Amino acid sequence: MYDVVIIGAGVSGSASARELSRYRLKVCVVEKEEDVCCGTSKANSGIVHAGFDAPSGSLMAKLNVEGNQRMEALSKELDFHFKKNGSLVVCLQEEEMPNLQALYERGVANGVKDLRIIGREELVQLEPNISDEAVAALYAPTGGIVCPFGMNIAFAENAAANGVEFQFDTEVTGFEKKGENWIVKTNQGNIETRYIVNAAGVYADVFHNMVSEKKIHITPRRGDYCLLDRATEGFVTHTIFQLPGKQGKGVLVSPTVHGNTLVGPTAIDIDNKEGTNTTQEGIDELIRKGGATVKDLPIRQVITSFAGLRAHEEGHEFIIGEVEGAKGFIDCAGIESPGLTSAPAIGRMIADIVKDLTKAEPNPDFVGTRKGILNPKTLKKEERAALIKEKPEYGNIICRCEMISEGEIMDAINRPLGAKSLDGVKRRTRAGMGRCQAGFCSPRTIEILARERGVEASEITKSGGNSKIIAGINKDSI
Amino acid sequence: MLNYDIVIAGGGPAGLAAAISAKRNGAQSILVIERDKELGGILNQCIHNGFGLHTFQEELTGPEYAERFIRQLLEEKIEYKLNTMVLDISEEKKITAMNREEGILEIQAKAVILAMGCRERSRGALNIPGYRPAGIYSAGTAQRLVNMEGYLPGREVVILGSGDIGLIMARRMTLEGAKVKVVAELLPYSGGLKRNIVQCLDDFGIPLKLSHTVVDIDGKERVKGITLAQVDENRRPIPGTEEHYTCDTLLLSCGLIPENEISRALGVEISPVTSGPLVNECLETNVEGVFACGNVLHVHDLVDFVSQEATAAGKHAAEYVLHGKAKGGKDIPIQAVEGARYTVPKTINPERMDEKHTVRFRVGDVYKNCFVSVYLDNERIIHKKRPVVAPGEMEEVVLTKEQLMSHSGLSQITVKIEEA
Repeated sequence: MYDVVIIGAGVSGSASARELSRYRLKVCVVEKEEDVCCGTSKANSGIVHAGFDAPSGSLMAKLNVEGNQRMEALSKELDFHFKKNGSLVVCLQEEEMPNLQALYERGVANGVKDLRIIGREELVQLEPNISDEAVAALYAPTGGIVCPFGMNIAFAENAAANGVEFQFDTEVTGFEKKGENWIVKTNQGNIETRYIVNAAGVYADVFHNMVSEKKIHITPRRGDYCLLDRATEGFVTHTIFQLPGKQGKGVLVSPTVHGNTLVGPTAIDIDNKEGTNTTQEGIDELIRKGGATVKDLPIRQVITSFAGLRAHEEGHEFIIGEVEGAKGFIDCAGIESPGLTSAPAIGRMIADIVKDLTKAEPNPDFVGTRKGILNPKTLKKEERAALIKEKPEYGNIICRCEMISEGEIMDAINRPLGAKSLDGVKRRTRAGMGRCQAGFCSPRTIEILARERGVEASEITKSGGNSKIIAGINKDSI
Repeated sequence: MLNYDIVIAGGGPAGLAAAISAKRNGAQSILVIERDKELGGILNQCIHNGFGLHTFQEELTGPEYAERFIRQLLEEKIEYKLNTMVLDISEEKKITAMNREEGILEIQAKAVILAMGCRERSRGALNIPGYRPAGIYSAGTAQRLVNMEGYLPGREVVILGSGDIGLIMARRMTLEGAKVKVVAELLPYSGGLKRNIVQCLDDFGIPLKLSHTVVDIDGKERVKGITLAQVDENRRPIPGTEEHYTCDTLLLSCGLIPENEISRALGVEISPVTSGPLVNECLETNVEGVFACGNVLHVHDLVDFVSQEATAAGKHAAEYVLHGKAKGGKDIPIQAVEGARYTVPKTINPERMDEKHTVRFRVGDVYKNCFVSVYLDNERIIHKKRPVVAPGEMEEVVLTKEQLMSHSGLSQITVKIEEA
């Protein structure tokens, strides 16, 4: 019997879990995948939006600005990568200047600090590779970039450290009322709880509609991305958006916190909630549009393409609150961009709602800080040498592209909510995230995963479920 | 701080041959740094035969070929470190490396030989659309799993790319009990050696589809199938030509990329064509005392030529350590035009060169009944008839010191393909 069951271990669910762990509540997160950060949260732009985009007065605008303001401190408390690199919305045509002005005014109304419009001269100084067509830009110094996996994992680990339980490979199939309580039916059995938080991303409408007559509809809006080699580091230093205009909505070109360059996303509405496949048209569109705001985009340096699904609700607004007619069932739905930025504020809002409903007491044992996986590259030479002396596995490089050691991979596997698969290791350490895309390190990472988890190498998967890497042994069918 | 005459980054075929040659040419202290657990590099997973026809006049497997060089290395008492990663090389030739036992190592060398090899082009770099499930491997990764670890990566296989590793793996996977359904190649010709097409595909009845590519990958968790389509002359898929193949595995053999991240950081100038360093006839880069050989310099088809090249690099590095940079003469640029894509070396110094020098290059397309020509300024000195040249097979021309020295005022050497 739980006080709260959260459906979904994405960034909203994990942030909510972490904020709820501040209270004396028994909380469980159920996740249909094998790990945290497996849906929308793992495939997005990784942008900390300044907050000028959302309609003034909307919940989206409020939580965006609040999330943005909290991000820096939070990245220190929870030890994830964040950089306040500033955003630029680039205007490519003189006649669209009124739109830029309108965006500026909206930003000011939303409470975005330090916003200003800059002319071409300053823009070129900030971004030497900006397009020759660029006439001006909206400059938001408060815009930033974050490691989306890092933030999601940090929330979840901190929640777990404060007593929240996580159940993976657990797919919710329905709900029943049992007196005042809810029975959450899953493929792993029933779970009884007083409250439910529906943070199920693109599936949030399915669960909402099971308990409410007032239906909502979430459209998976696919975004394709191209990630460029770290050799492109410095090509742009700010996040560069294109001002939406006659040429439609552009795509962003941004550095990532790890020094890659990211180009994307497209926005293609689909029906399939698992439709994370890229398409030729999508990639072609990216390549075409990516070049609009910058000169000579080094697209040939692409190391991978991927697609994520945004949970787009028709009203384009976050739906957060107890569902009418379903007491104790709290929606956290329609969390599309700027959902990642807003996550810290979404978590707080969910926790406040539950606290008010339950009158829960503060958790006296709550620890609000968490240490991430030690990155030996951040150590001084002597410190690193001492670390290797004590733990030789930190001297053994497994991923040569990102220079990730066996020690980091072992930490990723053995920590609470540790990695179980190659993708789990990748999201936590970046092993396999580099230019060879795990060509060299995957056999070695499989070996380490098998050894540390005490299973056969043939049991190791790419991302849980049926995603086994090895089909059998040589000649086993002959 | 450790001190060596020559430090060699990489203990594969190039690093081994370079080390042996450097020792035999007088270098005293040599250190080979290898990141894997044994010497031999990629040869260790190349268990098929066909190695050493030029070097030893017999057909060896990859590990056998490597073993002959490893034995010589041991006989020469050359030092090496395994499981050791080179992190950085400075312009002053200070090498920072790391391993489990010794932690962070700092090594001062008088000369450095880059022999880090290459990596495979990944699915991401190929921009193949579709899902990203398990079951997509570069051919070399699959080769390691099968040949070194004994694991079968999949049972029903489609291979994209007809590079040599792809062809070899088509045969290997078949022998290990998998069904290889088709090998697709984007280009209208194969990038692999002719003998491999015959021995690995034809002999096993595996179809090769030229001018085809993968346009979709299906399967959310594990590959369920892929879609092939024919491509037009601009390599764009032709709508309506799609064919679906049920499979659980897609192997990619779509080209190799020299691994020059350390070289770049060191300030070595890299050719946009080969992705390898630009070198003179001593195989020395623009950074004095830093040499390069093997697949880090340009991708080879035959290990025998890697060994030859590395032997030259080792000799020149030893000479540099013993005598300093050779003075005098003029570096004459070699330009590759009209069908020739690049040459190694990029410059040649007639005064400094040996009596004969082999210039290696690749062509950009298939040419039939053509001539491989070399010009010294406007004077044609080589006009060699060839029934066919193809991008998959490295070409060579031999220049002599006598020819180059006797051409007064030489300012440019040109290598080109001329139609009959």
